[in-house]
Amino acid sequence: MFDFTLPSLGADMDEGKLIEWKVKTGDAVSKGQVVAIVDTSKAAVDVEIWQDGVVHELLIAPGEQIPVGTVMATLLEPGEEAPPKGAARAAKQAIARTPSVPGAAVAEGARLRISPAARKRAEALGVDVARLEGTGPGGAVTLADIEAAAQPGAPTPTEATPAAHPAADRNAEMRRAIAAAMSRSKREIPHYYLSETIPMARAQKWLAQINEGRPITERLLMAVVQLKAVAAALAQFPDMNGFFRDGRFEPVQAAHIGVAISLRQGGLIAPALHDVGSKPLDQLMRELADLVKRTRAGSLRSSEMSDPTITVTNLGEQGVEAVMGVIYPPQVALVGFGRIAARPWVEVGAVVAMPTVVASLAADHRVSDGHRGALFLAELRERLQRPEEL
Amino acid sequence: MAEKYPQLRANVIAILRSIAPEVEADELRDDRPLRQQVDLDSMDWLNFLIGISEQLKVSIPEADYGRLVTLGNLLDYLRAKLG
Repeated sequence: MFDFTLPSLGADMDEGKLIEWKVKTGDAVSKGQVVAIVDTSKAAVDVEIWQDGVVHELLIAPGEQIPVGTVMATLLEPGEEAPPKGAARAAKQAIARTPSVPGAAVAEGARLRISPAARKRAEALGVDVARLEGTGPGGAVTLADIEAAAQPGAPTPTEATPAAHPAADRNAEMRRAIAAAMSRSKREIPHYYLSETIPMARAQKWLAQINEGRPITERLLMAVVQLKAVAAALAQFPDMNGFFRDGRFEPVQAAHIGVAISLRQGGLIAPALHDVGSKPLDQLMRELADLVKRTRAGSLRSSEMSDPTITVTNLGEQGVEAVMGVIYPPQVALVGFGRIAARPWVEVGAVVAMPTVVASLAADHRVSDGHRGALFLAELRERLQRPEEL
Repeated sequence: MAEKYPQLRANVIAILRSIAPEVEADELRDDRPLRQQVDLDSMDWLNFLIGISEQLKVSIPEADYGRLVTLGNLLDYLRAKLG
């Protein structure tokens, strides 16, 4: 028998609310399977199980707010005999329970399709989303559905349940969560910052040639080329990739790059694009497109929240020259890209107009020094001069 | 200012709203850069153009992206493509 506990889903998450179980007692589950959906201050997350087993008992009910580490269910090892029921419950740790009425009635079965914005609005208005029929794509509950349901006199399939607590404002919660993680970062991590202007003419020309012959659905974005170049450079600089925990650095071989994705309603999530170094650009492009879509739709997996070994942020899209980032603990580095634009550049003694980008590194002095960081950025620059090798 | 090609404009804005639901059709100016009026990153922009090319059945080569700055540019471009 083993316990399934609510995993940490990143430095800025210390509790979550169970929205829905995706399994029931007696179900066989395999490693990596999504067993529950848990709402956090940032997003609803598909929580994966980390080993094979058979569900013995579900200990938490939908709607319950639980801290990270809470035993949510007990499972039997494959082939293990079931002990009498109740034994596990007695062993369960005491936890503070704050059942929340509006969220408690989430229907079993098909996952509710709803955007974080609509979910937030529903909480603010006290609308029970589980009782709505969505009019959006695939039956998704839209903002308009929420607004309509909140109108006085709006037809409701059942009597509206009064909200037990004033609705939490997801944006305010997310802001608090980000602030807590960033405060911890600035308190604990001795940052140093470096930047390097990187010529991008070769990479742009190469990418334009690749994309020229492709239908629009198969074209690559420069962001993917940049991510792959970071992963390639990291292979030689393991001191930038991993976690600093319990007073020591744990390097990680694979580059699980946290990609900073801004949400349309404000806020930010940086879920992992897994194992960037070993995947071809086409695959990375598909996976990035999927990751952005799911982040915005509020449908991330727990491994994507907890795995990032480094973060890459691309604020050039908003038109800034450069970004000096704050490291997301327990990571030890963050790479930022500014805007790619034509700028004066000296080449063979003459000034030319050259597309360039400012790449920056914020890294952790407990693990590396500026000298190493400088070599890392130089390696990144070289990788971007040989895009065909990425 | 009279709006160009109302039907085409409505179709394009519907596609835009599938990516940026906060967009209000009558607040968009045809003569200002679209990406200054709507917060679209390069992935959003690509998805917007994919939506247009799939729903309106036009191909948009990457080499043409640079000409599609304002909503007006885009509508003129699509009008010419659609014939």
